[in-house]
Amino acid sequence: MRLITRKISARLSTRRRSRYAAPAVLVAALLAAGGLYVALSPADATNKADDASMIAKGRSLFQVGCSSCHGQNAEGIVTKRGKQYGPSLVGVGAAAVDFQVGTGRMPMAQPGVQAARKKPVYNQDEIDALGAYVQSLGPGPAVPDITQSDIDNADVVKGGQFFRTNCTACHNFAGSGGALPGGKHAPSLRGVSAKHLYEAMLTGPQQMPVFSDGVLSPQDKKDIIAYLKKNEATPSYGGFTLGSIGPVSEGLFAWIVGIGSLVGIGIWLTSSSTRSTKKKGDAA
Amino acid sequence: MSTSITTNGTKSATVAKGNKAGDAATWADERLGLAKANKLMSLRKVFPDHWSFMLGEIALWSFVILLLTGVFLTLWFKPSMGEVSYQGSYDQLRGIQMSEAYASTLHISFDVRAGLLMRQMHHWAAMLFIAAMLVHMMRTFLTGAFRKPRELNWVIGGLLLLLGILEGFAGYSLPDDLLSGTGLRIADGLVKATPVLGSYMSFFMFGGEFPGDVIIPRLYIAHVLLIPGLLLALIGAHMLLLVYHKHTQWPGPGRTENNVVGEPLMPIYMAKAGGFFFMVFGVVALMGGLMTINPVWRFGPYNPAEVTAGSQPDWYMGIAEGLLRIMPGWETHIFGITMSWNIFLPGQIGPIALFAIVLAYPFLEQWITGDKSEHHLLQRPRNAPTRTAFLAAMITLYGLLWAAGGNDILATQFHVSLNAITYFMRGAIFVVPVIAFILAKRWCISLQRHDNDKLLHGYETGIIMRSPEGGYSERHLPIADARAYKLTARERDEVYQGVNGTDANGVDAPNARVDGLRARLSRAWFATNVQKPTVAELEEGHHHAEAELEYEHAAGLDHQADGHQYDGRHDVAGDDLTHKH
Amino acid sequence: MSDHHDLVVPEATEEPIANPGLPEHLPRPTDVDPVAEKRAERQVATLFGLSALFAILTCVAYFAVGKYDAFLGLGASNVALGSGLGLALLSIGAGLIQWSRKLMSDHEIVEMRHPASSSEEERSEAVAAFEQGLEDSGIARRPLIRNSLLGAMGALGLPAIVFLRDLGPLPGDKLQHTVWKKGMRVVQDVDGARIRPSDMQIGQLVNAEPEVFFETNSEGEPVIEGTELLQEKAKAAVILVRMHPDDIKPWKGRENWGVDGILCFSKICTHVGCPISLWEQQTHHLLCPCHQSTFDLADNGKVIFGPAGRHLPQLPLAVDDQGYLVATSDFTEPVGPSYWERG
Repeated sequence: MRLITRKISARLSTRRRSRYAAPAVLVAALLAAGGLYVALSPADATNKADDASMIAKGRSLFQVGCSSCHGQNAEGIVTKRGKQYGPSLVGVGAAAVDFQVGTGRMPMAQPGVQAARKKPVYNQDEIDALGAYVQSLGPGPAVPDITQSDIDNADVVKGGQFFRTNCTACHNFAGSGGALPGGKHAPSLRGVSAKHLYEAMLTGPQQMPVFSDGVLSPQDKKDIIAYLKKNEATPSYGGFTLGSIGPVSEGLFAWIVGIGSLVGIGIWLTSSSTRSTKKKGDAA
Repeated sequence: MSTSITTNGTKSATVAKGNKAGDAATWADERLGLAKANKLMSLRKVFPDHWSFMLGEIALWSFVILLLTGVFLTLWFKPSMGEVSYQGSYDQLRGIQMSEAYASTLHISFDVRAGLLMRQMHHWAAMLFIAAMLVHMMRTFLTGAFRKPRELNWVIGGLLLLLGILEGFAGYSLPDDLLSGTGLRIADGLVKATPVLGSYMSFFMFGGEFPGDVIIPRLYIAHVLLIPGLLLALIGAHMLLLVYHKHTQWPGPGRTENNVVGEPLMPIYMAKAGGFFFMVFGVVALMGGLMTINPVWRFGPYNPAEVTAGSQPDWYMGIAEGLLRIMPGWETHIFGITMSWNIFLPGQIGPIALFAIVLAYPFLEQWITGDKSEHHLLQRPRNAPTRTAFLAAMITLYGLLWAAGGNDILATQFHVSLNAITYFMRGAIFVVPVIAFILAKRWCISLQRHDNDKLLHGYETGIIMRSPEGGYSERHLPIADARAYKLTARERDEVYQGVNGTDANGVDAPNARVDGLRARLSRAWFATNVQKPTVAELEEGHHHAEAELEYEHAAGLDHQADGHQYDGRHDVAGDDLTHKH
Repeated sequence: MSDHHDLVVPEATEEPIANPGLPEHLPRPTDVDPVAEKRAERQVATLFGLSALFAILTCVAYFAVGKYDAFLGLGASNVALGSGLGLALLSIGAGLIQWSRKLMSDHEIVEMRHPASSSEEERSEAVAAFEQGLEDSGIARRPLIRNSLLGAMGALGLPAIVFLRDLGPLPGDKLQHTVWKKGMRVVQDVDGARIRPSDMQIGQLVNAEPEVFFETNSEGEPVIEGTELLQEKAKAAVILVRMHPDDIKPWKGRENWGVDGILCFSKICTHVGCPISLWEQQTHHLLCPCHQSTFDLADNGKVIFGPAGRHLPQLPLAVDDQGYLVATSDFTEPVGPSYWERG
């Protein structure tokens, strides 16, 4: 057993801050922010012209597919009774558009308590155009740039700690999702792309709270994503996962598979076997 | 010609000299008097065959598997809450501070070969142990096997179930992962809700404030020594009483209150029960090998500031969980004290009351029915309609509470509102069991009527007869004697009439009111039951059938090729299909 | 040996149908057909042979399959060991059962029952022995001895209870206080990052702790660690949420407990103490994943659904001179589950 036993009642796992942590986080955050800026900022004039045409394309797509709920200029529509029909999109940023449209949640197929994940209606170019249009309405979080090497270099252990502190309460320990009040639910995180995971934390879609970069730094977010991806890549050591939803499915399987098969065996064991009408000594 | 039945002790055997087995037996007997033990519990002890008699055996063998796998786990598990930095093989947790209990559970899971298998087998066997006890108990209840002289064995069984649940909860808490810690936190909340003593009990239990550093060592010793010791002793008593009373049996030709017909312990039941042990073990091994249970590495170490969606106890705590979830938030604040009805009622009173009813049931039923005689023949569930209906209601209640305990999972899996499930359950637990009771009781009574119909008018052959007038009727034929006997092999129910204000000696009964209640209950219990036909009714029924046959005869309908012989109940080998007049 | 039919006790005459007695025993194919018998024998032996084979294969798998190998996305070692062991056990079980069903003599045996009670004679003998013992002891004639003995036995129960006193300390006022105090910074859980109001957007949730959990003393040792840290954390964990200030309806006296729509609530459910952070940013509802108590954080943490009986305690917030969020006092009421003397 390769456990290095420190003195009993040593520090708790969450106490991980050292003297250098704050400066280190600051430097990391600055680097990350700088990197993000370099990656996302328009590099030259041709890009600017591209942007203008992107925005125009996005605007026309928006007016066809989105304006009936969000309003002609994405200002939002409020019903007569004062309820939000479609919220204003001013300032939500391209990241929110990329998440909502990229995961197929928008456009909504039908009104309901919650927009469900489904096959996206728009392709990535169209989504980018829509994002550019919404971003032009008021600055909001841009689409993050997250690469495989970000994930490879992230700290999965720390990501796990952030995940258990901030995410499992709704999304469950294995990211299988969970129930919210009134028929809503926190969706499963399995198979969700790193970019969409990042955008969800950044923008807080629907009922999900926002985890802005100011508190949960970009590196923290990458750590969380790396933890999830690592879990997806890890074999299920114990066998089939039974949905990873905790003891309810385990109980169900204990009864159906366990008690079911054992009662079946009991029936076989006590049933009377085939009888013969022949008597001993009769010719076989 | 060999005989159809044999009994024990018909052959007298002498221990042969020079025979090796015989020598060994003599050696042992001279020191231990083993041959005398054969008198107490014969090697040819008879056990009747029925699948429902195997349910308790699933529990017994699960317990043996628990002992075996549990011993394996104790070789590595460290019941300590001292903190260490994890340095084992599981990448996602390496370097995290955690309790030794959790770290050693990870070690068993990832660094001991077959360790994860043993852990999962232990957990699956625990689930099966309690599930099998419960179905065994339901079987005993439904067939009336708890009646005199077996009431005390029923009580022992009830205690075994209770201890099994406590044992399971203690085991669930040991790995000190996020889920088990959350379970302990809830247990702490339940304890704190005790009137007057709550906070003191909590501090004594956890050795200070929750979570403290002693609860896991304390639960460990309860889990591996105290409770298993009690379980073992009670299982021993349960089995001894089983041997002493001899097993109950279903009524049937040759099977009476005074005998037990079946197969001998040696060799048949040794092979069958031994074989069944291996089957249970095999099923548990396959479950442990193929189905993940309690993946503690995914939960992470316990941290009082973390929780996971879908935090549930194991299934056997599900009804307590359900009660706790659907209870309205009633709390009284008065004179500077707090009374948490929302926790105390569902968390403490509810389960205790349920267990009290279960343990007292045989005595309650006996009091209502006034039945003081010994019973060794089982009752078909339909022949005790009120009891069967009561169980149907209890199972319904259990199922509803179970569902309520998993309302969040139901909400996500079936896309319904969590709140709607809870509101529904708050009413349903009062209404649906009553409906189940009424339905089950009526169902039993119509089954009883159906049995009587079969006795009086025979079985339905499926052959449609057309009368000369053109009317159609189904032909009924009398059932075989053995079947008819089986249907009538039950007692007539007697409604307790009460003593009308005076006891048997004509003295004013001191408990006239209680006695009246008893009479009323007895009427509710029995009055609508259908009794088996009397000799006279049966004869009349047969006369009627004969008259019908004669009528057919007179009408020239008595040809044999009425399909009777082709209804699957008669040997038709070598029959030709021509009309035979 | 047909006289054994006599063992069947005749039913009472009022029974509508007389007990026909045990049916005739019919032989099995294996009893009469030597071919079938041989086949069954081979079957059983094959099952036992298979069992041995699986047992050996399981041992091979123990050494051959790597602990972390995957098989169809599952842990190969666990699957191999479990399947091998399972099949070995099932084969041996099936073999034994098949042996008993096909080849062992299956003649049913009749055993007579006896009443559970002892005979009258045995009972009177036992009662007599008991009474003689009682008489010889004289316990009935000497109530002084009897009563003082009972008293002594009862008194012996006291040490048994008193000795358990040190199971744990008395609660005192521990449940009424947490480590929060005036000026204690509210920092993010896990990394202890301090929080400025401007870091938080509307709809933001932060799982937070008091900063003291991340502080070290002059020797670099944590101020609070180990068990004590867990105990304090179990009471002091909080969540910070930011809502639109217009959405918040503070109770009287709580108007200045928030900072620009940022409020801080205890994370410990008032029902049975699960940590809750399942917050819906649009409805401002907070749901406990354990028993679904739901609290409205825009309305002072009031219970709006579920089994909890009390609102969620709120921690009054302010901003310190460096611009970080701090508590202005401890919680004004005990956090966590209810208990008798809580008030």
